[in-house]
Amino acid sequence: MSHKTAYSCLALIAASLLSSSAFSQPEPIRIGFMTVRSGALAAGGKQMEEGLNYCLQERGGQMAGRKVELIAVDTGGQPATTRTRAQELVERSKVHAIIGPLAAFEALAIDDYIKQVGVPVVSPSAAAEDMTQRKPNPWFVRAVGTSAQANHALGEYAAKEMKLKRVATIGDDFAFGHETTAGFQRTFEENGGKVVKKLWPPLNVADYGSFISQLPTDVDAIFASFAGGNGLRFLQQYAEYGSPVKVIAHMTTVDEGILKSMGQEAVGVISSGWYSATQDAPGNKEFAEGMRKAYGADPGYYSVGAYTACAFVDAAAKAIEGKVEDKDAFMKALRSVKLDNGPLGKVSLDELGNPIMDVTIRKTEMKDGRLQNVVIKTYPAVTQFWTYDPKEFLANPVYTRDYPPAKNLGN
Amino acid sequence: MRRFIPFIIALGLVALLPLVSPSDFYINLASQTAIAALMALGLNILVGYAGLTSLGHAAFPGIAAYLVAWLSTRGGLGPGAAAVLAVAGTFLVAGLFGLLALRATGLGFVMITMALCQIVWGAAYRWTSLTGGDNGLSGVPRPFGDLLDPTTFLWLCLIVLAVAIIQIGRFAESPLGAALRGTRDQPRRMSALGYDVWRIRFVAWLVAASWGAVAGLLYAWYHQFVSPHMLAVTASAEILLMVVAGGAGTLAGPLLGAALVVLLKNLASIWIDRWVMLLGATFVFIVLMMPDGLAPGLIHLRERFRKRMSSPTITPPLASQERIDG
Amino acid sequence: MAFWASQSLNSLALGGLLFMLAAGFSLIFGLMRVANLAHGALFMLGAYVGLASVQAGLNFWLAALVAALAVGVAGGLIERFLLRRLQGRTLPQVLLTLGLAFIIADACLMVWGGDPMRLPPPEELRGAVRLGDLAFPRYRLFVMGASCAIGIGLWLLIERTRIGAMIRAAVDDMQMARAIGISASALFSAVFCLGAALAGIGGVLGGPILSVYPGLDADMLPLALLVVILGGAGSLLGAFIGAYLIGFVYTFGQALVPDLAYVILFLPMVAVLAIAPNGLFGRRLS
Repeated sequence: MSHKTAYSCLALIAASLLSSSAFSQPEPIRIGFMTVRSGALAAGGKQMEEGLNYCLQERGGQMAGRKVELIAVDTGGQPATTRTRAQELVERSKVHAIIGPLAAFEALAIDDYIKQVGVPVVSPSAAAEDMTQRKPNPWFVRAVGTSAQANHALGEYAAKEMKLKRVATIGDDFAFGHETTAGFQRTFEENGGKVVKKLWPPLNVADYGSFISQLPTDVDAIFASFAGGNGLRFLQQYAEYGSPVKVIAHMTTVDEGILKSMGQEAVGVISSGWYSATQDAPGNKEFAEGMRKAYGADPGYYSVGAYTACAFVDAAAKAIEGKVEDKDAFMKALRSVKLDNGPLGKVSLDELGNPIMDVTIRKTEMKDGRLQNVVIKTYPAVTQFWTYDPKEFLANPVYTRDYPPAKNLGN
Repeated sequence: MRRFIPFIIALGLVALLPLVSPSDFYINLASQTAIAALMALGLNILVGYAGLTSLGHAAFPGIAAYLVAWLSTRGGLGPGAAAVLAVAGTFLVAGLFGLLALRATGLGFVMITMALCQIVWGAAYRWTSLTGGDNGLSGVPRPFGDLLDPTTFLWLCLIVLAVAIIQIGRFAESPLGAALRGTRDQPRRMSALGYDVWRIRFVAWLVAASWGAVAGLLYAWYHQFVSPHMLAVTASAEILLMVVAGGAGTLAGPLLGAALVVLLKNLASIWIDRWVMLLGATFVFIVLMMPDGLAPGLIHLRERFRKRMSSPTITPPLASQERIDG
Repeated sequence: MAFWASQSLNSLALGGLLFMLAAGFSLIFGLMRVANLAHGALFMLGAYVGLASVQAGLNFWLAALVAALAVGVAGGLIERFLLRRLQGRTLPQVLLTLGLAFIIADACLMVWGGDPMRLPPPEELRGAVRLGDLAFPRYRLFVMGASCAIGIGLWLLIERTRIGAMIRAAVDDMQMARAIGISASALFSAVFCLGAALAGIGGVLGGPILSVYPGLDADMLPLALLVVILGGAGSLLGAFIGAYLIGFVYTFGQALVPDLAYVILFLPMVAVLAIAPNGLFGRRLS
């Protein structure tokens, strides 16, 4: 063979190798991750990151045979910044899907934008009712329930099984606090209970003392709905005043994320939620132990939310054989995901993009040297509408501070 | 009018950004910068020209944004009519606030402006049936047939900004503007000379509030979402920082400050996790190197550079030095 | 009856907390006319340092002292190397102290992470005390006492010591004070250190009630400003009365008129300032 032929052979081989590598190395799936790394919500953001990273590691950094490129951005917990970050992800980084954002008002801030650009969004933590009820977005689903989803169960449990008659509620004075309390109040009163007082401390009040002094001591329980670090502060301060009345709570009040910093004051609290690090779902033992090993604490609301969001995206990508560029197919697959083996057990999404999953009643106990939420009852396959007819539910106004109206105040 | 030429050229260059920008992201960022610059320009009238440091300026864009959002979503009006009513409404509220706030000066003024803005914030947060509470009002339609194209929106913002620069610049150089600066530097003397110091400040307050309202309209249209976050103390503090870091009392200062803050917040975070610390460090650096702000500081640097270029490099030895050495 | 009694106690406790927060700010503003907008961040820094000390094994009281020292030193460094260069210039001082607040807050987030943490009160002050029908936390009674102690301590310092006399002279007439040989720069450093140390110890003493979390600085700073303005900047008595007044207004206000809970502090503030622009006890605020 002459030199020329040899060289041209070599060139041909090289060219074919390069071009075949271009074919066999598909572009990565770019997932935008909207988290919070600064300010008051940073703790939740970090837990989301941990859950998401754990999920990706489990899958070897791949989904449906393609490498995953995760682009994380910090929204700072501000709606304006959230929109800019979303634009950055969509316009600059050209992501195929977004996991995030953390807060409900952040998700609402980008609602119109997402509709305009048509990028699938899976929120790992935003629980605002209307986002999957009266104002659904075709490009939005979430991996956590609505604010009231678990509290419907707690209201019924409190009335029927704990036989509580009179309850006072106290919750953060913002949409999440209003919606969670409303869900509890509705089922509690429908099952014979009475909510006799409702208190709404402002979101970042310095001191709950004056509110604690307004809580009646002649009721059967206090329903407490706090988000972020407020649960820690409330329970601690309530204990200082002698914890006169039993506390029942929404899951975020005793979330694993803050439970690890609490003490005796949290023992005995009965709460409801769709996740507990101790729950018996098929995939949970491995998940909880793995997360403990990796990050030193039990996973909670934010970690499992981000993990599940990632699992949804993975399942959807698999269902369309990795062809995430086809946004409509991707979104359709996302809305049809069904998981069986994650930490949440059986999960699927309803028509409006909200998960249908088991809800548990838990009791906070000291076990194995740390505080844990031990499951005492399970309500299987709970939807955002509880036992109500969806059409009727949606015809009513959204849960607020004053809806459903509290007719038993002062009794 | 000649001194506005550099500004017009600068804005013109920004208007050409869409031609070279690799994606819509930078065009949108430029719109955000223009809106922030408008807010800072308005506040500068109070801080820079009137010597009144306000920590509540976010109230004006906030009230206007809420009004235009509510009127064009739940109120059923078109964006144009909603905009006019929003500015008018803000103007009225500003009048009332001015009557209260201008009774104080110095730290008292800082506090009362902060308190007034916090009251608006509290109302927005708590009055959920009207404002949507922390979930805010979404789906705000844009004007001119739902103007969704980023480039056209940028041009709208730049035109408004240009008008603001010219109006405020001319105001500053007018007799009223000069009187205003007089009340900043020597309030008692101005009063002795027969100027109605309160009235002059009140006019400045209303002008600042009006431009704040216009900025609020653009903000609501850009984000298509309003929430109480835009009324928080941190929002007012951010506008104040833009003015002071850029150079209070200058025309270019607020523009530079706005660009600095917006770009640091949104671009730096792409590469740096601890962008909050970087923002803080930048402010500290500016205040130590250029205490009057970026604009005067840069002018000062340019002067020193010029002097160095024009002065001789060889300085003749002092006669006394020779005597000592010799 | 129980309502009035329990809420009065809560008001006093809140007032005590606010005074511990605002005393340092009032001192610094009174003498140096510097609105130290990093005060909230210094308060939070004190809380974190105190918490870290407790976690390292120190008892509560020692931890409080460590925090006071650490934040006092930080304050001294800030005054000596940064603030001094901007003497008398309000706007640059605002920029500087806000910039520092950002840096300190983000540094705390970086070092201690974002999780909210409990700072437990010392053993001897845990639990509730029975006052007739009421159960009231022992620690809050301590806070009331501590704030009075701090108030009396500061009063003694300012009224009965030589350095206090120098401070009073400088506040009354800086030029004359300098003329008779008082070193303004040394005095400023000392006062800023003391103000910062007060912020630091305030953070630790407030910790068992407020907990320690990112965002504590932003929550506390407006309250400090409110106290100082209402009472009149530069007047220690004013800060004391302002703090307790706010304690009562807030506690009873949000209980009696819950709809105004978010604005309950700012409405009276606007009213007071509109009528008495210098605050209730203060000298000229401009």
